[in-house]
Amino acid sequence: MTAPVSIINATKTFVGFTALDNVCLDIAAGEFIVLLGPSGCGKTTLLSILGGFLSPTSGRVMIGGKDMTHVAPAKRPTTTMFQDYALFPHMRLKDNVGFGLRMRGVARAARDERAKALLDLVGLKESAEKKPHELSGGQRQRVALARALAVDPDVLLLDEPLGALDLQLRRQMQDELKAIQKRVGTTFVHVTHDQEEAMAIADRIAVMNRGRVEDFGPPAEIYMRPRSLFSAGFLGETNFLPGVVEALDAATAKVVTAIGDLVLPRRNFTAAEPDPGQQVTLCIRPEHFRRAGEAVRPLTPLGQARIADAAFFGTHYRCHLKPAAAGDPAGDLTIMAHMPPSAMVADGQDIVLAVNAEDVVALPTPAGRA
Amino acid sequence: MTRKLLAALASWLYAALLFGFIFLPVVVLVLFSFQDGRLPVPPFNGFSLRWYEAVFADGKLMAALLHSFLVATVSSLVACLFGFLAAYALARYRLPGSALQRGLLIAPMTVSYLIIALGLLTVLNALGVGLSLWTVGIGHVVINLPLCFALIYSSMGAHHVNIERAARDLGAGEVKVMLLVTAPMLLPSLLAAFFLSVTFSWDEFIIAFLLSRFDVTLPVEIWSLLRSGLNPKTNAIGSLVFLVSVSVLMVLELWLFRRTRKS
Repeated sequence: MTAPVSIINATKTFVGFTALDNVCLDIAAGEFIVLLGPSGCGKTTLLSILGGFLSPTSGRVMIGGKDMTHVAPAKRPTTTMFQDYALFPHMRLKDNVGFGLRMRGVARAARDERAKALLDLVGLKESAEKKPHELSGGQRQRVALARALAVDPDVLLLDEPLGALDLQLRRQMQDELKAIQKRVGTTFVHVTHDQEEAMAIADRIAVMNRGRVEDFGPPAEIYMRPRSLFSAGFLGETNFLPGVVEALDAATAKVVTAIGDLVLPRRNFTAAEPDPGQQVTLCIRPEHFRRAGEAVRPLTPLGQARIADAAFFGTHYRCHLKPAAAGDPAGDLTIMAHMPPSAMVADGQDIVLAVNAEDVVALPTPAGRA
Repeated sequence: MTRKLLAALASWLYAALLFGFIFLPVVVLVLFSFQDGRLPVPPFNGFSLRWYEAVFADGKLMAALLHSFLVATVSSLVACLFGFLAAYALARYRLPGSALQRGLLIAPMTVSYLIIALGLLTVLNALGVGLSLWTVGIGHVVINLPLCFALIYSSMGAHHVNIERAARDLGAGEVKVMLLVTAPMLLPSLLAAFFLSVTFSWDEFIIAFLLSRFDVTLPVEIWSLLRSGLNPKTNAIGSLVFLVSVSVLMVLELWLFRRTRKS
């Protein structure tokens, strides 16, 4: 089963601390949603509110169209997969997986059969008679998933389920998680601070910071067209370049920066419409920098820069550059750019940087950061 | 080479003296329970089981043995149950003055059994409750509850919280969480608390003496035997008591603690 979830103006305050600040999210049935953010951003609080382990100070939670704000966890169509797996150590795997059905009064034979089917789904059919302490971390994680899915929840909540696994296993498990979600069709809400994991599994990512949802959309949109400076900086690497909006016409806006002027399409102002004279911050991904005259698409030159250092990463060179432009008053602007592996790159080399204006996103500079 | 040998000898001697000091009384007690004669003092006249026969033929001693067994099991069960409930509440819920409440629960450990017995005696008198095996049992719950609480409370780790949450999340009510999840997870410490309580109750004398009247427990019965002078029969019953305590401890060590270490 599956159900849509709506979080309406959810706020949670603890003593002297706002964990969630007026959060609104609409999640469609069967979506794989990732709540992404640094620790303390409120993502686990939001998950606990969805699971019923916490009540919001104000606001509502709707699951499948019904108000669930103050319903106990046991009575919700949600189950949670905990970070530490929280398996019952004294029960065999099939009893762990069948526990939820036992609480719903399902007879032993029927729940054993369902438990076996789910252990099969996660590839642990052979281990039904084992106890959790006989399993590895990755296997325990699968049992926790099977147990949470056994009661056929509308919404599965995953609290950093891959956090305790080593990197290789984590990458493997996230693929499996995604595949299983596709098979069962349940709405998944998954909490993580790992942006690669988020991009690998999410249909949509909610980027959270300081109790707020800063950005919400498909991974590609969040990466290419972030709607907040935090979101741009948290998901992948980016260069922040301060500038001022100088001139506007119907489709474009001219932004003046220390290293050159850029004419951006107005839709690249993702957070707010541009105003003349407005302080903005341009976000440029390292891989969007080109050397002048290098690409097929039209490029806007951004002046000369000297390569301070370069490192080879296989798919690209990762370079730090010092722009030579005189317009940089503090002289501390450093640009990070990725150069193709075929490029001849050397420390101290001077190159002319360029960028396609389509790739540049402009966001308002918050007061105090200008 | 000789110095090494001497050091080894000295340490063996030290160990032998130490264990001798601890176990000689028990060895003497057991040895003279087999005495073929009227007095449990050297010389050892020969091996005989007549005093054991006498013990098993003694209706009062056998009744006292049964009473001890009943008081020990029932009072230990009650102490464990109360200890578990108190530990669960204090470990899982925010209660007013929880540090103070924990302190109050453990405090009886620091009071001597004599004071506890006198206090209970006064209270029972004031309430008009007659002395019986029940009152002995109440006294034993009082002395064993702090131990049970402390043992069970210390094993209720924070890592169990999420497991109980998971059970609730899957539809279990509070009682089912306690019965099906918390108690089985704590089984090793619950059993340890129970068996330790049993051994303490089994050889407790002062409370059993002051709070009982006609039906008495084994230590009280042995005490009245001793008043009529030394007799190998007391050695025999003492050996039996010792055998029971040792068996309980062996069960604990071999079965329970080994299991805990494994998992």
